[in-house]
Amino acid sequence: MTANGWFQFLLYFAVLVLLMRPLGIYMTRVFEGQRTFADPVFKPIERLLYRLFGVNAEEEMNWREYAAAMLLFSFVSLVLTYAIERAQHFLPWNPQAFPGVPQALAWNTAASFTTNTNWQSYVPEVTMSYFTQMVGLAYHNFLSAAVGIAVAIGLVRGVARKQANTIGNFWVDTTRALLYVLLPISVILGLVLVSQGVVQNLKPYTQAQTLEHATQSIAQGPVASQEVIKMLGTNGGGFFNTNSAHPFENPTPFSNFLEILAIFLIPAALTITLGRMTKSPGHGWAVFACMTLLFAVALVTVYWAESHPHPLLHGVDQRTTALQSGGNEEGKEVRFGIAGSSLFATVTTDASCGAVNGMHDSFTPLGGMVVLSNIMLGEIIFGGVGSGLYGMLIYVVLSVFIAGLMVGRTPEYLGKKIEAYDVKMAMLYVLIFPLVILVLAAASVLTSAGLNGITNPGPHGLTQILYAFTSAAGNNGSAFAGINANTNWYNIGLGFTMLVGRFLMMVPMLALAGNLALKKSVPPSPGTFPVNSSLFTILLTSVILIVGALTFFPALSLGPILEHLLLHHGMLF
Amino acid sequence: MISTLKVAIRFTVITTILLGLAYPLAMTGVAHVLFRDKADGQLITRNGQVIGSAIIGQSFASDRYFHGRISAAGNGYDAANSSGSNLALSNKKLVDRINGDVANYEKTNPGQPVPIDLVTASGSGLDPDITPAAALYQVHRVAEARHMSDDAVRQLVMTHILGRQFGILGEPRVNVLQLNLALDEAAAK
Repeated sequence: MTANGWFQFLLYFAVLVLLMRPLGIYMTRVFEGQRTFADPVFKPIERLLYRLFGVNAEEEMNWREYAAAMLLFSFVSLVLTYAIERAQHFLPWNPQAFPGVPQALAWNTAASFTTNTNWQSYVPEVTMSYFTQMVGLAYHNFLSAAVGIAVAIGLVRGVARKQANTIGNFWVDTTRALLYVLLPISVILGLVLVSQGVVQNLKPYTQAQTLEHATQSIAQGPVASQEVIKMLGTNGGGFFNTNSAHPFENPTPFSNFLEILAIFLIPAALTITLGRMTKSPGHGWAVFACMTLLFAVALVTVYWAESHPHPLLHGVDQRTTALQSGGNEEGKEVRFGIAGSSLFATVTTDASCGAVNGMHDSFTPLGGMVVLSNIMLGEIIFGGVGSGLYGMLIYVVLSVFIAGLMVGRTPEYLGKKIEAYDVKMAMLYVLIFPLVILVLAAASVLTSAGLNGITNPGPHGLTQILYAFTSAAGNNGSAFAGINANTNWYNIGLGFTMLVGRFLMMVPMLALAGNLALKKSVPPSPGTFPVNSSLFTILLTSVILIVGALTFFPALSLGPILEHLLLHHGMLF
Repeated sequence: MISTLKVAIRFTVITTILLGLAYPLAMTGVAHVLFRDKADGQLITRNGQVIGSAIIGQSFASDRYFHGRISAAGNGYDAANSSGSNLALSNKKLVDRINGDVANYEKTNPGQPVPIDLVTASGSGLDPDITPAAALYQVHRVAEARHMSDDAVRQLVMTHILGRQFGILGEPRVNVLQLNLALDEAAAK
């Protein structure tokens, strides 16, 4: 651990805090339909788009209509992506002449990108044509992010509105998220990434003659345009197999900084939007404080763990000096070092991004456990774009419910009484997630089809399986990438898990939004638990940690914790 | 329901054309106007032949060249098949691999511990860089193989150390391909 490392973390957080407020205020104006400085450019385009879609922008939807539109769109776009993958050999921009993608893999990938997961069972540079990457995959990076934002905004409206039947218009919210937020930032940031060396072309792979007279084939592609939205939309699906570790995706420390910043930018700004839309800015900050607390603890732990030398190596220099960053270098890139890799890994799993700039499978047992735990907590530490906020609001509802139980009063949340139906929807959300992870991970451990995927034996093998299903259910997409998941068992099982993790959780969320919108607002009384206090932040943080620990601690103790103890007793597998 | 489905289909088709085609193609065009070399991968050409990319590592086995990190990409530095080793720290294969490589370096640098990045696989398998420590560690071997003085080679390494970006970001590093090209140029003079 170095002073420079800590300084990089502080700089990162300072820039994030500086940018999130203006963006959060801007998004509030965009989604409340107020005037913004961008209107002269985007308003005419927006109107034209509604005409082309056949959408009446004034028409509001109740939660069922909102959910139906979201599900139908997701279904249609999933089918289109599946078709593109299967037919890529008939489509343009396939300079390496890749054949169509096999069925199970095409299904897994279509589900993966539709759900904002971007789990990748394949090696992109030997599987996917440029057309498939642009039209099939990068497209979903935009859309799944916009859908996430739309659903979160729908939920916030449910909290903010009084005795209302509707929570907004799905098509309008999605279009605005794309046009006013995701696309303009992508264009600017994408070009900055190119200036750092992220490639952007449609050329066939370059054939080079190396200095030692070997032939090296260098993969190319339209990378920057996908890279930027992969991060900004917390998607995480790499253009190349090694994702943001690949020099063409993440060439410099500055590109690394920008990519990590892009992950947290919108989720952090949405806490400001939450405070503004509900007319209680203090609540937005209280939620932000909880996220910051959990983020800081995870980051420090990962940095500490990854800075440690491997206990069983001799004849190597693992010290941290001015000439090397030392520590655990397996699976990491020299230009990022331990600090740049630890920050990336923490942020990508706090959010539901899942991009990686180092291989999580080769992290120390404890470093790997923390990134896994980040996903297990539900990716609410800033979280995915939209999904992080609505996931967090579920825990907010649980927290005020528990606070209400403690004093024996009907709990209220920003003037809305939290009743049985609301808590049921919140619990549905909290229970579906571990259920699908633990049941399918257990099934994998009990079948040879599941066990065959393990590439690191011993307790680490269990962690590989656990990580795969956690990542899929949480729509994260990062992996302990050694696992051999391009099999029917994992492709189909994980594809199913991703759909459950996305849609079975979005629907109770929208139901909750609809139910909250219907309620009338009660004025705060002396017995109301204030949700903008530091006491609330502490309670919320505790609820998240207790629910997470009760659910997953047994599994973690058999995986990474056991591995750590055995490794430090000199045991290898 | 049917009308929503119709909107969903129109919405999908139109956004696909805009975000799946128009956006990446426009970005490609603009990138080529503004940053042509970067957009094409910073290819290095010698005598009309592309010899590699400035930011993609390649294999070096000869004692006359500085060596890069261990690569798990294909058969080593396969830039069309990037990969990390994905070995766990508790995997015996990892410790055996590192011990084997350490034994090899022991022959050229007896008694000197090997900088960790030289015997660990990079994340991408294409890491173009090594740490300054790893470059300085190899100075004596390269100088001997090229019949140069240690000082001359060390001097070359020192001029190729790339500091932190803006003095803050990332870690100091040495680009192996560019250092080796400079060695060849120094020899040609």
